[in-house]
Amino acid sequence: MIVELGHFALVLALLAALSQSFFGLVGPAKGQASWMAAVRPAVYAQFALTSVALAALVYAFVQNDFSVLYVASNSNSALPLLYRVSAVWGAHEGSLLLWSWILVGWALAVALLSRSLPVEFAARVLGVMGLISVGFLLFTLATSNPFERLWPAPPDGRDLNPLLQDPALAAHPPMLYAGYVGFAVAFAFACAAMIEGKLDQQWARWMRPWTTVAWAFLTVGIGLGSWWAYYELGWGGYWFWDPVENASFMPWLIGTALIHSLAVTEKRGLFKSWTLLLAILAFSLSLLGTFLVRSGVLVSVHSFAADPTRGLFILAFLVVVIGGALTLYAWRAPVLKSNAGFEFTSRESFLLFNNILLVVATAAVFAGTMAPLIADSLGLGTLSVGRQYFDPVFLLPTLPLIALAAVGSHSLWKKGRLRERRTGILVALGAAALLTAVLVLAVWEGAKVLTPIGFLVGGWLLFSALVDPIDRWRRRLSMTPAILGMTIAHASLGFFVISVTAVESYTRERDIALAVGESGTVGEFKYELRSLEFVEGPNYDALRGEIAVSESGVPISLLHPEKRNYWVQRQQMTEAGIDMQWSRDVFAALGEDLGAGRWSVRAQVRPLINYVWLAALLMAIGGIVAALDRRYRRRGEAT
Amino acid sequence: MTPRQRRIALVVGILAGVSVAGLLALSAFRDNVMFFFDPSQVAAGEAPIDKRFRLGGMVRPGTVEREAGSLDMSFVVTDFQRDVKVVYTGVVPDLFRENQGVVAHGHLGNDGIFVADEILAKHDENYMPPEVAEAIKSKHGGVMPVDPDPRKAKPET
Repeated sequence: MIVELGHFALVLALLAALSQSFFGLVGPAKGQASWMAAVRPAVYAQFALTSVALAALVYAFVQNDFSVLYVASNSNSALPLLYRVSAVWGAHEGSLLLWSWILVGWALAVALLSRSLPVEFAARVLGVMGLISVGFLLFTLATSNPFERLWPAPPDGRDLNPLLQDPALAAHPPMLYAGYVGFAVAFAFACAAMIEGKLDQQWARWMRPWTTVAWAFLTVGIGLGSWWAYYELGWGGYWFWDPVENASFMPWLIGTALIHSLAVTEKRGLFKSWTLLLAILAFSLSLLGTFLVRSGVLVSVHSFAADPTRGLFILAFLVVVIGGALTLYAWRAPVLKSNAGFEFTSRESFLLFNNILLVVATAAVFAGTMAPLIADSLGLGTLSVGRQYFDPVFLLPTLPLIALAAVGSHSLWKKGRLRERRTGILVALGAAALLTAVLVLAVWEGAKVLTPIGFLVGGWLLFSALVDPIDRWRRRLSMTPAILGMTIAHASLGFFVISVTAVESYTRERDIALAVGESGTVGEFKYELRSLEFVEGPNYDALRGEIAVSESGVPISLLHPEKRNYWVQRQQMTEAGIDMQWSRDVFAALGEDLGAGRWSVRAQVRPLINYVWLAALLMAIGGIVAALDRRYRRRGEAT
Repeated sequence: MTPRQRRIALVVGILAGVSVAGLLALSAFRDNVMFFFDPSQVAAGEAPIDKRFRLGGMVRPGTVEREAGSLDMSFVVTDFQRDVKVVYTGVVPDLFRENQGVVAHGHLGNDGIFVADEILAKHDENYMPPEVAEAIKSKHGGVMPVDPDPRKAKPET
């Protein structure tokens, strides 16, 4: 009954979305004030209805209603409550519903916070968001209905994939979607501006906080996914250039470019059509990411079931959205010219290079991600592109980008007078050189070619970002949230580069064969298998090892890796034993029984790896702080 | 320089930079892309000898061998037409087992034995890498010897 109610609410939500887009787009065109006034109530109705639908599905999971096909395929009565809730978005149908709900959530936020915007403009923004909603709700109802019944109902469900039974992964999809879908707001702002044929600095000021918050969510979402892959898949790294990782990374890169290009549009009224294009591109890549993951065209951990109708629907939707927006762009962008010049070493030109490098990096990732698909569809053979391609082509534009950021964040708008800030920049560079020397010569020994370069540019950005705040603090000047946010984000990016460099340069890893009582060495570390015993969890049993790790004879960690057997899916899972220390992770994962009492053990020691994710989190916090700047909350007087 | 000349210089500079990046990407691409071959193609001599590639098929039952207590192992990958022997040292994934789909990264030695440096078996017991399924299907007149249940396949995020 509740389930049917949810289904019905979803159908009604589609109707609300249709009226939202109709009133929002036709109302301003016809100049009908009463139509435009109907847009907000339509958003409220759509939000209430999709919330009912989502709540109904959560209810079905919590109540173990296995007469619902989706619940029966993704849950089990032995599944802990937290994972019964997160199983709602554990597979295709439910995650689409979550997508739609988050989209309406963003629309609701826009509806509530856009009272200071001109009525027509706000109506158009919400109208465009309504159209996107229509597309996704239609998709859900037509091809992936989570409320479908199963008769006769099975006594118990197939269980949630054990890999997904994890707290970080419970939070990963909502965060990621909040980012993906948040770019829909930027997209809607861009479309509304193009329809109106008016794009001023005020427009950029409205759009900036939305874009930055969406970007922050996406940052956290990608970070959580990467963290999960590290400790749950037992892959033991933070990034694998897996196609689905790339699918979420491309909108992030373009979103980063968009944030910076918007700064120029807001402050100087430049880069207008470029900003529009980036806004369209960011959301298009979000949709493409959804398509790549959902259609099953990619060979990846994430995409297992291939369903051609679903793929076709998203592809058609993609063509309509991207094609429509680009047509609008080709028609309208020439109207939105910017007329102002800037000097070569001004902030504008640094941000221009920032954008070019980010777009080049995105293009390189895009080429590597799509090449296997294109080669396959043209019958050129099945190929795969790995890190041997991605690492160099990604670092080529991004290393200069980091160095550019270290200098460019000190440049001035319009004027090319870098000389006045030269001391600060050079002091930061000197400090970075010192840090590099200390890290390479004293803390860790040895280095690869890129090690000093990574430490140097990372350190340069980190220290350079701190110059301005220290200067302000000494002169007792105030810091706006915008500047504080930028400082946090840039400093964490520098910190991120340092951590990644350390992980890539100084990781010790080896697969060793150990019997109880035996030990093996990994660099200066010694792994000793103390015991193996059987333990039982709520829905699995496991073999649990105890491994003592010592460094040059000094004991440093006691690890408890597990090999789990989940009862329902009869799937074997590796639960790595990880000791998080302040400067490194000591890691062990059990492989398999090698015979003769021995087990294979994957042993790794990775310095600074947790700071990779911490830096990503700090970057996102920087974005949120910047979005809270007071100037975004002032009532919009025209400039 | 006049502003106009400067703008032209800027555009030329950007174009030059982007083309250099494009060329480098292209050469990185050519050198580092790995192609996929099945055992029949390997037997027919289509696979390169000196270059890394991906070998995919099913693990033939009864061929997984290892010296007790050692990380060295070997098994036979088959597409039910031809077989290729694979040697590997290290930890294999949880879902590696006999009669399941597998993809190995590595290179072919002169003796016809494939030396793998990475073994992939994806995260579902009924899952078969699509390229393996395709390779096997085309040899069995469209019939899969092991039927991966599509309703079962899952995790997506």
